[in-house]
Amino acid sequence: MEFSELIKTATVENALLWRPGLPAVRGTLCITSHHLLLSSRPRGDLELWLLIRNVDAVEKRVCGSSGTITLRCKDLRVLQLEIPGMEQCLNIASSIEALSSVDSVMMMYPFFYRPPSLRLEQGWHRFPLERFFQRLSSQTSQWRLSTVNRDFSACPSYPPAVIVPAAVGDDTVAKAARFRQGGRFPVLSYFHPKNGTALLRSSQPLTGRNRRRCREDEQLLGTILDQGEQGFIIDTRSAQAAKQARMSGGGTEPKSSYPQWRRLHRALEREERTVLVHGAEGTDATLLVTALAQLILDPSCRSLEGFQGLLEREWIEAGHPFQLRCARSASWHGRGKQEAPLFVLFLDCVWQLSRQFPLSLEFGERLLLTLFDNAYASAYGTFLCNNERERSLCKVKESTHSLWAWLNQPEEKHKYLNPLYSHNPLVIWPSVEPQSIQLWQGLFLRWIRPSQHLDEAREEIQRLVQGKNSSSSKESRGRRQSPAAAAGTEGGR
Amino acid sequence: MEHISTPKVENVKLLDRYANRKAASGTLYLTATHLIYVDASAEVRKETWILHHHISSVEKLPLTTAGYPLLIHCKNFHVAHFVIGQERDCHDVFTSLLKLSQPVKPEELYAFSYNPKMSKENREMGWKLIDLRLDYQRMGIPNDSWEITDINKDYEVCSTYPPEIVVPRAATKAVVMGSSRFRSRGRIPVLSYLYKENNAALCRCSQPLAGFSARCLEDEQMLQAIRQANPGCPFMYVVDTRPKLNAMANRAAGKGYENEDNYENIRFKFIGIENIHVMRSSLQKLLEVCEMKSPSMSDFLTGLENSGWLRHIKAVMDASVFLAKAVKEERASVLVHCSDGWDRTAQVCSLASLLLDPFYRTFKGFMVLIEKEWIAMGHKFSHRCGHLDGDPKEVSPVFTQFVECVWQLMQQFPCSFEFSERFLLEIHDHVYSCQFGNFLGTCHKEREELRFWCGMYNRFDKGMHPKQSVLDQLLSCLSQKVTLEDDASDLENKLPILDGPLPSEGCTSPKAGAAAAKAPTPRQDCAEGAAPVLSNGPSLGHQKHKESAAQPRGLGASREDGQAQHQG
Repeated sequence: MEFSELIKTATVENALLWRPGLPAVRGTLCITSHHLLLSSRPRGDLELWLLIRNVDAVEKRVCGSSGTITLRCKDLRVLQLEIPGMEQCLNIASSIEALSSVDSVMMMYPFFYRPPSLRLEQGWHRFPLERFFQRLSSQTSQWRLSTVNRDFSACPSYPPAVIVPAAVGDDTVAKAARFRQGGRFPVLSYFHPKNGTALLRSSQPLTGRNRRRCREDEQLLGTILDQGEQGFIIDTRSAQAAKQARMSGGGTEPKSSYPQWRRLHRALEREERTVLVHGAEGTDATLLVTALAQLILDPSCRSLEGFQGLLEREWIEAGHPFQLRCARSASWHGRGKQEAPLFVLFLDCVWQLSRQFPLSLEFGERLLLTLFDNAYASAYGTFLCNNERERSLCKVKESTHSLWAWLNQPEEKHKYLNPLYSHNPLVIWPSVEPQSIQLWQGLFLRWIRPSQHLDEAREEIQRLVQGKNSSSSKESRGRRQSPAAAAGTEGGR
Repeated sequence: MEHISTPKVENVKLLDRYANRKAASGTLYLTATHLIYVDASAEVRKETWILHHHISSVEKLPLTTAGYPLLIHCKNFHVAHFVIGQERDCHDVFTSLLKLSQPVKPEELYAFSYNPKMSKENREMGWKLIDLRLDYQRMGIPNDSWEITDINKDYEVCSTYPPEIVVPRAATKAVVMGSSRFRSRGRIPVLSYLYKENNAALCRCSQPLAGFSARCLEDEQMLQAIRQANPGCPFMYVVDTRPKLNAMANRAAGKGYENEDNYENIRFKFIGIENIHVMRSSLQKLLEVCEMKSPSMSDFLTGLENSGWLRHIKAVMDASVFLAKAVKEERASVLVHCSDGWDRTAQVCSLASLLLDPFYRTFKGFMVLIEKEWIAMGHKFSHRCGHLDGDPKEVSPVFTQFVECVWQLMQQFPCSFEFSERFLLEIHDHVYSCQFGNFLGTCHKEREELRFWCGMYNRFDKGMHPKQSVLDQLLSCLSQKVTLEDDASDLENKLPILDGPLPSEGCTSPKAGAAAAKAPTPRQDCAEGAAPVLSNGPSLGHQKHKESAAQPRGLGASREDGQAQHQG
């Protein structure tokens, strides 16, 4: 396929662009393989530089000799283009539709984007699981790094390396994998060094109607708990839904086969027990819960670097199907059953945490918004594909740039930092009362809410805090400048 | 003290409404002014103080296994749920609180017994702190068109107005007196705020006694005088803040609203803000939502929606934005009234002034504003707050709504206010506590931008609030900075003594900088002169305000400005 075949009209003169809260601009509209551009006439400023992948839905309305195209973007922006000429208008609309619906991964923009400031391999191996395991092994010897999935044979949606109980061998693990949906056997997600409890995740067991059992799966979960110790299995589904899943081959862990585990379909409070989390597939709500729990428990996940590592480990490598879930967004009225805003839900939860603990996260709202934007449409390969296996097949890491590499450049990085951050070693227990939950205006009203005064406040905070850290250096700078300033006035006289 | 039969009860439990934490256990004391609960179960001594005048209701609930429950609701939205072991004790506390929380005579109010360690001179200074004449002076009054008159010195014109009022110079004594007979309770049109930049005035009054056809020449002359005091605009607005239906119903009682045909060049407009009874029941519903025990998200959101509270807040803010825009952008004078002109009118006049004038967004200015628009102009604090045992139908959260509107503005314009949420809560508390004498006696924003004010309505449910405060952090940053700079300047002052004078830096004085940094002063552009109106909309772009700041304030220039606005 050639992009040029999809572009029926590449340039339109005299198009009018409407954006919420900004004056209309008239100019030349261009469609390239991946972008929609508009440069204003006569000044020639580039007013619009939109990744076509960002377009969620295209609405067209023709009246008389011109037409209006409404673009509903995945980042929740709504743009309007007024295009002279009915045919031109229809051509532009169908070109945008076609280009935004290209679903071959290798045709996507990250495979073509080559920024001069970055090298391709940069950022891709920034957060190896080995490093996470190193920290873990200094705290406990109950877990080991397994390469049972090195060729993705045990579980196609897991990464090659996973952490499993030290007491079970790879054969057992491989057999247990066959008893779990999609092969997602229980793996370690987080270890809490304070009390030695662990957080695990998996998919549902394939108990089915006949109440099938699997000795290896029982053994795997059995070795995690000491004699007489009790663990919890949090099933993120309702009890009803879990029961129904048996009809289609899924189900839950029966008490009789897993005597040390207690199954729950609700949240629990500060029990200090080991917990296994799963829903059905274990790629959505499961990851949301385990990732959020770590952010609450572990201060190292709350730094900018640590949060990226958490995302890499608990969302990207853990096999959240980004390509399926984020193919379309809120405005799409198609019949896709795979699209779901699970990652947005996670980002919103993180934002709620940041509102309740404004000093405890090293990153700010801007990072969350950038992650949201990039999960849906990106110049970088980080959120492409559904799991590590697909990424390796498409050679994502060899042929695209990593978002992390770009974010962590010094001139970029400072934009995402929270000026008020100070390391907080404690667990940050949020309030979940309805009164404490707010609409995330920064995301949902981003394009329609005037932000000038809020930006001002942010800058003011930055200024105040930096004043503290650099007041001494400012002092010395002031001193150095004063003779020069004095000389200047003399010259003027 | 004669009301207190049991001053101390031990082994009293205080239930936590939200978290399923264990109930506190401790001792309850009754003093002449406060109920004090000391938590004995906590590691650190924890005290809960409830001012008797803050108590709005005391209820005895049915006996539980833990004992006799006593539920106390406060006017500052504190809800305390005690459980007392002995029925007798519970009953004693109950009857004492009933009496203590509802003083019958004004002398029983706390303000008369509150005795901070302050000299008589200081106390009198406090009362003189706010001089409304100074505020009028700030607006350039008296001037050619407006004068401060003591025509009401014997409360002859209007018993609920202050002795000194500001009226147009053109309005003679006969006009004032005549107009007062045509306005409900004699509350004639008086100046609330004059926008110096263009002479547009914000005036307030009560409804006219127009009935179906009555007219009053003096009242018509009064409005004409107000309109002509602003020669820049050929018309003036008359805004009735009530819903049209309510205003029409008043005509049957011989009151009502201005007939456009009888007054020269007025533009009449209704803005539907509901009356005090609707507001009272709305708050009641809101508080029920806030008190629900572990509500689901949709319980909460439906409850919030059904209470209508944010809808009413939006109505008040919309009206205020309309007034401010009329004055600033249309350069038109506005006369506002509701029924008596002391509730809705006070809300919208004070909010519009706050939008127009940055001074009112400072500590001092905000107090002046409250003094001017609420206290001096006769808002019935006593009735509305239920200070004394009186008619429950007179109680209404009019002032609470005003405070909340200010809070909503603070959310949208975080850098425009010198004070913080805490100051608002403090003022709100004092209004209901009668701890000080002041309150004794009688943006076109979209809806979704308005937030539920958890800090007010669930203020005492500690678990619900952000656990870290940005403000505290910033203040500690500032004070640290000041200390550092003081240290630095101290060291610098010592340098010459130790080393002898340095060659090129005779007298750099960081002192000045340090002093400037000591307090978070309001931003420069807000502090002086033609500051921008608080506005978020695209119609009042930043550009325009820069232009107007740069241009000399000539007539030609302003006219251009006005035309540009009309085109936009």
